[in-house]
Amino acid sequence: MGDAVTASASLGATPGPEGAAAPVLAISGVSMRFGAVQVLFDIDFDLRAGEVHALIGENGAGKSTTMKILAGYQPPSGGQVLLDGAPVDFAGSQQAEAAGVVMIHQEFNLAQQLTVEENIFLGRELRRGPFLDHRRMQAESRALLERLNCAVDPRAAVSDISVPNRQMVEIAKALGREARVLIMDEPTAVLTTRETEILLEQIDRLRAAGTAILYTSHKLDEVARIADRVTVLRDGRHVLTAPASDLSTDRMAEVMVGRELSDLFPPKPLPGDETVLKVEGITIPGLIHDAGFTLRRGEVLGFAGLVGAGRTELMEAIVGLRHAAGRVEIKGQQLAGGSVRAARQAGLVYLTEDRKEKGLLLGKDLTQNLTLLALDRFTNLLIDRQAEAAALDRAITEFDIRAGDRGMNVGNLSGGNQQKLLLAKTMLAEPDIVIIDEPTRGIDIGTKQQIYAFIAALAAAGKSVIVVSSELPEVIGLSNRVAVMAEGRIAGVLEGDEINEQTIVRLAIGMAGSEARAS
Amino acid sequence: MTKTATSPATRASPTVNLHVLGPVLALLLLIALGAWLNPNFLSYGNVTNVLARSAFIGIIAVGMTFVITAGGIDLSVGAMAAFVAGLMILAMNSLIPIMGVGIPVILAGMAVAMVAGFIAGWLNGFLVAKVGIEAFIVTLGSMGIYRSLVTWIADGGTLSLNFDLRTLYRPVYYDGILGVAWPIIVFAAVAILGEILMRRTAFGRHCAAIGANEQVARYSAVNVDRVRIATFVLLGMLVGLATIMYVPRLGSASGSTGVLWELEAIAAVIIGGTVLKGGFGRVWGTVIGVLILSLIGNILNLASLVSPYLNGTIQGVIVILAVVLQREKKAAGAR
Ligand SMILES: Nc1ncnc2c1ncn2[C@@H]1O[C@H](COP(=O)(O)OP(=O)(O)OP(=O)(O)O)[C@@H](O)[C@H]1O
Ligand SMILES: [Mg+2]
Repeated sequence: MGDAVTASASLGATPGPEGAAAPVLAISGVSMRFGAVQVLFDIDFDLRAGEVHALIGENGAGKSTTMKILAGYQPPSGGQVLLDGAPVDFAGSQQAEAAGVVMIHQEFNLAQQLTVEENIFLGRELRRGPFLDHRRMQAESRALLERLNCAVDPRAAVSDISVPNRQMVEIAKALGREARVLIMDEPTAVLTTRETEILLEQIDRLRAAGTAILYTSHKLDEVARIADRVTVLRDGRHVLTAPASDLSTDRMAEVMVGRELSDLFPPKPLPGDETVLKVEGITIPGLIHDAGFTLRRGEVLGFAGLVGAGRTELMEAIVGLRHAAGRVEIKGQQLAGGSVRAARQAGLVYLTEDRKEKGLLLGKDLTQNLTLLALDRFTNLLIDRQAEAAALDRAITEFDIRAGDRGMNVGNLSGGNQQKLLLAKTMLAEPDIVIIDEPTRGIDIGTKQQIYAFIAALAAAGKSVIVVSSELPEVIGLSNRVAVMAEGRIAGVLEGDEINEQTIVRLAIGMAGSEARAS
Repeated sequence: MTKTATSPATRASPTVNLHVLGPVLALLLLIALGAWLNPNFLSYGNVTNVLARSAFIGIIAVGMTFVITAGGIDLSVGAMAAFVAGLMILAMNSLIPIMGVGIPVILAGMAVAMVAGFIAGWLNGFLVAKVGIEAFIVTLGSMGIYRSLVTWIADGGTLSLNFDLRTLYRPVYYDGILGVAWPIIVFAAVAILGEILMRRTAFGRHCAAIGANEQVARYSAVNVDRVRIATFVLLGMLVGLATIMYVPRLGSASGSTGVLWELEAIAAVIIGGTVLKGGFGRVWGTVIGVLILSLIGNILNLASLVSPYLNGTIQGVIVILAVVLQREKKAAGAR
């Protein structure tokens, strides 16, 4: 297992940035086990004031677990947490927060029914006399969100705002707590390039103000741009800690995966001529305006656009999850609107971007989640449980799902492994046309490569794929054509050489106008 | 992977086991207690009596398990049973002049009960799934409606089945095969089929999925409305079936027939380990729950240790204990 890499690792005592102080928060010799499964082995790790420390590793490597231990959410099975050099035993996240350690979770931790403002001030509400001081809390919420260039109304319910905006609220909530140590678990997974940029600026600002920041991301260019030091975990073991300036992104990927990575994107297969999906005049008042496009057999069609451009809403309308005016034709047959089942029977399935709320039953085991969409394939009056178990075996191999125990709740899988399970679930329905909304959200670089290869193989096998993604390189690297959406319209469909970052961004922010072409 | 009993997290497993075994242990304990207190407890007569009486609630509670698993609730079942019984008696009495006293009239009455149960369940389901009103509100409303309708058709008194017909119909409650009474046979069949339906069919999976997270179910191409309506229809028809077994027992229906059945059914479901919020259901647990509830009543009657008037108190304590156990399981599950 990559001994060469481990040998070159410089453990612990790496010089930090100029003038870095003693560690604010550290763990030493920490191990963690869940039942019979050990997920962390003897980890040493520290955070210093005024430093951004990135923690990277494959899905299930133990990043989130390490962070939760640092932030007092979980006591370690062995080893110590040290605050300002002295051992502490946080009895819970509240105690850690009181000590200035705040964590933003990979999965959202917002109360869906409460408003943005109520969430930001949850547990530390401002009062005037016996009453809540809504005016001040609203004003402060607005100011915090403004720092993040986020235009969400503090009075909106969290359940009504978009996924990226929820992330911004989550970050605003942490900013509002004025943390000494800020721990962020994949904060940018749900953000687009632009929002990521804003977040990174905020991180810069906090670092300058002396905050210690721990950060994970599977987007390695981000890590290279923001981190002072990088620590790599692999299979629960500490592999390397080094100054970020000593590591290229390729090197990081290699150390993470333990092998050399070849090209991220496979060659694009050529699509056929037959049109399999034709979408016309989809309109949802206030969200989507007269959107139409076609998809050919064996084609990968990318959908780019800013958050709020309506990509997800359009896709949901196409598969019958939302009511909309317009027409959807699959292989010449009109699809009855409003029925996910009809779409699935016609060979069209949609993989949601919101795996926690819409994709997976977190309290159920792997099997029940895997077969839910395609349960009819396993049912012949009774469910064939052996066939289900066999399907899970195949999915685990094919998608490299790492679960400690097959009977575990899906909510306990690492984020990336949940995503892989969701992908496996969707593919089990054997669709001819698959719409994947954010296919690699939260997925490590090695697996990303596997998923890209998988999408290309699907297309080569004559299936058609729509990839909605906020990661431009992904859209560009995979798609035969790219549709760009802006403000609920399809602003243009790009082909061949036109598919490049500049053109896409120009269309997405509504600059290039009128270049739209239907094909 | 095999679990070895070395890690700290194994502390979770005894609780989980207790959660699974709890109802079974409680039942065994009750049986032992009953046998110890009164030698007649395990006699053929008493066992048949207890089982046959619990069959009505039991049949209904099996249906209730599906409704609750899918995230619903049905408060109307007791009133519905009374109303269906009223309709059934009314229909049979008025058919006698045409068809004479005979088995065809009884079969017609049974058909009326099943159809009425079907329609009543469907109405509840339709209002919940398609009109989008909370199940609690819908069935609170229909509970009031059926209760007053049965009082109305009985004109405030009691509706009685024609005496000759009653004699003919009686064996459906009092007879059986090989000494096992019909209500017990029907209850057992419903329980076994229900268990299979819940655990081994797509319908059962879909109920649990909807109860766990309706959005996820919708995104997974589950026809949420249809499944939800189906749970209420199933329950309605089981209410019809329970009524068919109940009418020959007393041969009458009134405004006070089936009072509090809904609460007993719901309590049995919860004691059995089904999660009240939905997402997880266990039919065999419900059966145990029903038996526990009726054994408590029986033991109190036989033993004269505690006043039988305290029956409700003890049942209430057990329901609350069951929920506490459920919560501990969840905490141990550490999400
Ligand atoms: N409560 C739990 N019970 C059982 N296993 C758990 C639990 N929490 C985490 N695990 C396991 O611990 C391992 C590490 O998970 P962790 O979430 O720390 O990974 P990660 O590095 O954050 O991955 P990702 O990049 O996918 O988010 C995984 O195999 C996961 O299944
Ligand atoms: Mg993680």
